[in-house]
Amino acid sequence: MLEIKQLHKSYAIGDSSLHVLKGIDLSVAQGEMVAIMGSSGSGKSTLLNIIGMLDEADEGDYILDQVPIKNLTEKKAAIYRNKFLGFIFQSFNLINYKNALENVALPLYYQGLKRKERQEKARFHLQKVGLLDWETHLPSELSGGQKQRVAIARALASDPKLLLADEPTGALDTTTSYDIMAFLQQLNDEGKTILIVTHEEDIAAMCKRIVRLRDGVIMEDKKVTQVRAELHV
Amino acid sequence: MFDIDFWREIFQSINKNRTRSLLSGFTVTFAILLFTILFGLANGLSNTFAEAFVDDAANAVFIRSGATTKAYKGMQAGRRIQFRNEDYKYIKTDFDDNVEFITSRIYKNVAASFRNEKNNYSLRAVHPDHQYLEKTKVYKGRYINQRDMDIKTKVVVIGKLVKEDLFLKVDPLGKYINLSGIPYKVVGVFADDGGDDEERLLYMPLSTAQQVYGNNDYVDQINLTYKPELDFNQAIDFGLDLEKKLKERFLVAPNDQRAVRVFNMAMQNKGITQMTSVLGIIILIIGMGTLIAGIVGISNIMIFIVKERTKEIGIRKALGASPKSIVAIILIESIFITSIAGYFGLLLGVGILEWAGPSLKTYFITNPSVSTSLVISATLTLIGAGTLAGYLPAKKASKIKPIVALRDD
Ligand SMILES: Nc1ncnc2c1ncn2[C@@H]1O[C@H](COP(=O)(O)OP(=O)(O)OP(=O)(O)O)[C@@H](O)[C@H]1O
Ligand SMILES: [Mg+2]
Repeated sequence: MLEIKQLHKSYAIGDSSLHVLKGIDLSVAQGEMVAIMGSSGSGKSTLLNIIGMLDEADEGDYILDQVPIKNLTEKKAAIYRNKFLGFIFQSFNLINYKNALENVALPLYYQGLKRKERQEKARFHLQKVGLLDWETHLPSELSGGQKQRVAIARALASDPKLLLADEPTGALDTTTSYDIMAFLQQLNDEGKTILIVTHEEDIAAMCKRIVRLRDGVIMEDKKVTQVRAELHV
Repeated sequence: MFDIDFWREIFQSINKNRTRSLLSGFTVTFAILLFTILFGLANGLSNTFAEAFVDDAANAVFIRSGATTKAYKGMQAGRRIQFRNEDYKYIKTDFDDNVEFITSRIYKNVAASFRNEKNNYSLRAVHPDHQYLEKTKVYKGRYINQRDMDIKTKVVVIGKLVKEDLFLKVDPLGKYINLSGIPYKVVGVFADDGGDDEERLLYMPLSTAQQVYGNNDYVDQINLTYKPELDFNQAIDFGLDLEKKLKERFLVAPNDQRAVRVFNMAMQNKGITQMTSVLGIIILIIGMGTLIAGIVGISNIMIFIVKERTKEIGIRKALGASPKSIVAIILIESIFITSIAGYFGLLLGVGILEWAGPSLKTYFITNPSVSTSLVISATLTLIGAGTLAGYLPAKKASKIKPIVALRDD
């Protein structure tokens, strides 16, 4: 699914530069559910953003679904983001003046689908996250958990191969967090590849593999027995 | 890209962000409104100038006489100068190259009556050329002609208001009007753009008046127009030359300001033309100023809008929006708002000018208006400026990495 070799990333801070990722090697196969852990500032988000093509690496190779991701034009990058990737953010990042259905339908608009088709698909995914009754609500009228579920529905709408979630439960209480995790597990059961950045051990334990970062390198990478979230709900 | 869904996105964005849309629209509306009103007022001002001189021919020269104020060549001061027919003939023949129309004038006040209606009027006894000098519009019958002059017919041409005063519903043509006891046949009725006073007048052949009033060949005033092909400077030179020659003819000191007075419209016109071009420059500066203010306003708003939408742009990019679609959505929205708002400003401005126009007459502003094409060009300029001003930040925004746009700060 994805293959990363000797990935480096630095940020320029004033005159000096901060070396955040110092040679990451990582490969993820189809159908995996991976937790990326590490202390704050260890570079988890940086890694996920590069995987999600929201940011670019300075050095190293990144191959996504057999496509080398390097020096892409903005136009190409837009197409890959749209086709291959689905994002879930800690702060949801819904468009505040669009209602739930319109938010979910937006990636489909950029896929060039017809309006009717978009709405049909968007409804299907809203129903999947259990929010069909809320389709006309604006983000400001939804709870944190509901917003995150709309964001998940939106991430799923374009049927991406890889789902990327940066602390998807970071802004939610425990019960709601498990709710969301249960849903992500269900998606993974259906075959979706999922990468989750988290610093909560219980959330990580609900994945099938845990990658730990420290000082810009992978310190530990192990498969774990998945804890089913629905048992805790 | 310009499909119905694209427009749906635009309308939703405009509709859901009303404050933003209204604010940017307001700037444009205000700029165009101001532009329209200022231009309209300036136009009204120059209309007033133009109108002040519609009464008489623009190339007119009036020659009047008075008493001398200076002793000259053995003549005492205080001598009255009296023009006569021979002076008229002198000007007509000696200045033939420069004179277009020429007439003498005698002024009288007369008591006029027709049947039971009576009133007092001013009478002007003139040559046939007077019609062209005064821009008299004969709409019934005819004006004084050369035959009247030759045989001193007792005819008059009456003003529209004289006709209304005295003849009421009767057709005055061929009727006899009584002027201080002598009947005159009405041969024409005229209108004049110079206003009511000019239409409360009677015209009579000069020769007739000279015979009836004193049996002499005196004239009060000589009016002429110079040939239109003369430019301002030639016309002014002509007037000065005429004045000089007339002063010599009457033995009047060259610096005597009262005895022979030549009023040359060319002098006046030169001033007006200069005034009008100054006004034009002021108008231009005002227009440019308003437009530049509008352009600056729109540019600021565009930069603000793009900044405000940075996060949305990041989200859209993360979801697969191409840079082109980002630029398009921002630009088309701004062009759309600018056009509507500009049109609104145009309507408002024209409406206000129309509504306030009549009451502005007291402030020397006549018929203030602007040409639609001018305002449309102004709006187009604003749209162009808005597009340009929006394009750069929109382009920049479309290029930033989504992660930068999405950062929470
Ligand atoms: N755009 C940037 N410019 C400069 N420094 C940055 C930038 N983004 C991140 N950093 C720095 O890079 C380091 C890694 O950041 P990153 O966001 O990847 O950490 P993280 O592991 O996700 O932390 P957290 O758990 O707090 O989210 C941090 O020290 C951060 O300050
Ligand atoms: Mg992070």
